[in-house]
This record gives sequence, C-alpha cells and structure tokens, in this order.
Amino acid sequence: MSFEILTYGFMHRALISGIAIAILCSVVGLFLVLRRYSLFGDAIAHSSFGGIALGLLAGVYPLWTAYGVSIVSALIITKIKDKYNISGDASIAVLLSSGIAAGLVIIGFSGGFTIDIFSFLFGSILLVSVDDTVLILSLTGAILIVFLLLYRQILYSTFNEEQAKVSGIAVEKINYLIVFMAGITVVTSIQLVGVLLISALFVIPNVTAIMYGRGFKQTAIISMSFSVFSVMAGILISYIFDITPAGTIVLLSISLLAGTMGIKSAGLLSKN
Amino acid sequence: MLIVEINNLTVQYPDVKALDDVSFVVNSGDFLGIIGPNGAGKSTLFDSMLRLNTKYKGTIKFFGQDIRKSKNYLKEIGYVPQKPIFEKNFPVTVSDVVRMGLRNESDENKIDEILQQLWIHELRNRRIGELSGGQQQRVFIAKALVNNPKILILDEPVTGIDQQSIELFYSILRELNSKQKITIIWSSHDLDAVNQLANHVACLNKTLFFHGESEKFFSNDELVKQYSEASMQEHMHHH
Repeated sequence: MSFEILTYGFMHRALISGIAIAILCSVVGLFLVLRRYSLFGDAIAHSSFGGIALGLLAGVYPLWTAYGVSIVSALIITKIKDKYNISGDASIAVLLSSGIAAGLVIIGFSGGFTIDIFSFLFGSILLVSVDDTVLILSLTGAILIVFLLLYRQILYSTFNEEQAKVSGIAVEKINYLIVFMAGITVVTSIQLVGVLLISALFVIPNVTAIMYGRGFKQTAIISMSFSVFSVMAGILISYIFDITPAGTIVLLSISLLAGTMGIKSAGLLSKN
Repeated sequence: MLIVEINNLTVQYPDVKALDDVSFVVNSGDFLGIIGPNGAGKSTLFDSMLRLNTKYKGTIKFFGQDIRKSKNYLKEIGYVPQKPIFEKNFPVTVSDVVRMGLRNESDENKIDEILQQLWIHELRNRRIGELSGGQQQRVFIAKALVNNPKILILDEPVTGIDQQSIELFYSILRELNSKQKITIIWSSHDLDAVNQLANHVACLNKTLFFHGESEKFFSNDELVKQYSEASMQEHMHHH
C-alpha cells in the first residue's frame, strides 16, 4: 500500500482537483462568512440539485445545467432580496428549498433516483476525468485572478458597504460579482464533496482561521492551508480505509476547528 | 475658492421632511461646524453630500460640478462616519483598514506615514476590533486621510469616546485644518468644541437657521440660547 496510491492517475487528478477546489472554496467562503452569508453556498448547492436533475432528464452533462441554474437562481434571489427587502437568511431558505423541490419533481419525471444522482449528492472526487480536472483548474485560476484584481474593492465593500460607496466603489456590482463567483465555485466543488456538504468547505476553514486573530492576508493563508490539508488528507485516508472522501474531508476540517478551539480555550491564542 | 455649494436642498421622507430648503457654501480652508439637535437632518445632509442618499430636491455641487453628474469628487473627500459598523472579529489589522482607503496600492509607505502622524503606528498589526473607541476613531481618520483628500467630512465622530481621546482628536483636526489646509466639515453636539475649533458654523434644524462665521454665532446670545433650548428639548425628549 504505502506510497503506491500516489502513482495512480485517478489519484493525481483527485489530489490536483481537490487542492484547487480547497483553495477556491476557502477564498470565496471567507468573504461569504464575513458578509454573514455562510449558508449561501449551501443554498446555491441545493439549487444546483435542480440543475443536475434537469441535465440528467435532458441528457445533457448535468454540471453544465447545474452551472446555469445555480448562477441564474443565485442572481435572481439576490435581486429579489434587495428589491423586496427580504433578510439574508430567509432568502437563503427560499433558494435552498426551491432548488431541492424542483430537483425532486424533475427526478420524478425521469424515473427516480439513480447512481448518478448519488454521486452528485455526495461527491465523486476519485472519478474526476482529465477534462474535469482541466475545467476545475481553469475556473479556479480565473476566479482567483478576479479576486486578486478586485481585492481592495471586495474587501472594502465586505468590511463596510457605506464607506466603500463613499470611496467611489461600485458596491452593488461587487455584490453581484461575488454571488456570480460563488455560484461557479459551488458547482465546481460538487465533484469533491457533493451538494450536501459544500458549505462545510466554505465555512469551517474560515471560521477556524479567523480565530487565530491575524490580519486579512494571514487569515486567508491559514484558511487555505487548513482547507488544502483536510482535502489532501481526506482523499488519501478515505482511499486507504475505503470510506467516503466527502465525509472524511469534512470531519478532518471539523477536527482542525475543534483543535483550534481547544488551543484558544487554553489561552494559547490572542483573545479576540 | 468655492468648494461646496448647496442650493435649496430638500429631502422628504415618506412620513417626515428631513431637510427643508437648505442652502450654504463652503470655501477652501473653512472649518465648518454643523450643529443641531438629534433628528435635525445632519446625517441626511451628509448622506446627500456623499451620494448615499440621492432622493433630494435642489442641487449639491462640489468644485463647481453637480454631484448627480459625476462621482469624481469623492476622490477628494475623506469621510469619517459616526460609528463605523463592522464585525468585532473581522480579521483585519489597523494597516489593513487604512490600506482599504488607499486608491493607489503602490503608495504602501503612505500607510506608515499617516499612522505615525496620528500616533497609532505601534498599533498597526493589531486587529481593529481589539482597540478602544478612541483608537478605532483615529484609525478611521487615518483611512480617510491616506489619499490626501482636500475635504474631510466627519459625522459626530466623538460619540462614545473617552475625554482624553476627544482632546487628542480635536488637536489633530486643528492641525489638519491649519497646517495641511484641509477643508473640514464636521457635525457635532459639542458647542464648546465647535466654538474652539470651527471658523464657520451652520445651525441646522430641518432648515438652516444660521450660517456664518463662528464668532458671529457665539457672540449672539439669542442664537446660542435658541440652539441650547432646542437641543435641551431634544435631550429631554430622548430620556
């Protein structure tokens, strides 16, 4: 066993895709967490379930329909939220339930649950193809470049919308851009942990990193490191012990959070 | 030189008129203290001047340009809000906060310079949420100043801050106005402080019932009495 698993092609693809997704979710998730929008990833993931079902019914590659449905519904719900002044958590509940409801009805038409549906619900990182890997790497690269270019504007409008507006930043456009990129990120990550556990990748490493009481860049780096560690270790451990990768990744990331809480309670971290 | 011209500014909210036909000008180098009781429309006035409220009648011009037509004037403004709202554990340091204000990111040493000027350089790696109210306020002033603005706009910026920090804050404002020639527009409840610092006063209570040199205001006992009574009534009303 030992190092032999590192020689398999599928393992290379899984690890490379996994690391890219870990970094991507950690960056996008940090802004969602700081905007008190932690469950937004979860809501987009659930709406993508409707998109996956639609793709399976129509005989189209389900992730393509998932991208379309998730991004469009995330943008629509954001627009409705602003226009009718619905609170963030309520709009998330609407988005979440409508995606699942639509998915269930469409699955009914297409003849019930199949193995494909389960792989999207719980992830299938060991099955990613070369094409998938290329797509994941390109989308990750593109989104990270946008974040780097608009870093100040995105951070400032997350920190304080009003002051960002006064500095001349187009805050509304930035908000829609973040929702758009969150939509892409969620669907891209479905292959790693599945629809049901996506928000764990967005939230847990960031909540953990924030506890270390550092500045913004350091917090982002700590979060990415924890995220990458959980994903790599999760993929390897799950393969060795023949257990589910998605569950293992999330549990590892929760144990890092628990460890950090322990260190903090022991007074080894600066209080904040 | 004329910097700000406000003409017949009226803001009507659904249930109340917040500002009624307010007109005044601010010249380069002025230190304008805007006083008025709670609910007098000071924040509405600032929101309109900063394009945070666009539903108003009348015109607001900065540097001769109508602000409805261009938001370029915002580059020349540093704004310090009343109480900046942010999450207590938001993971940003003092330098991070000041850097957000910096338009040209290559001016990294501007950050150190401004932090030194405001006596908070030693706090630069601390998280903003760990600081006292007075220290946070100086960080927000630093952020407002880091682009070398021509105008500094401050909305009641001493609410909930200890006396020592207030004194320091006032001396910083005085220096910015007298030495660096920054035009300051500042709303305050503190008549004594306005008397000491501002060279112009605008007395606002939905309408503008005085605007002119502060000496003229403070030497007119009738006006000061009127203002004090109005704010006292407001004070009683709030308790």
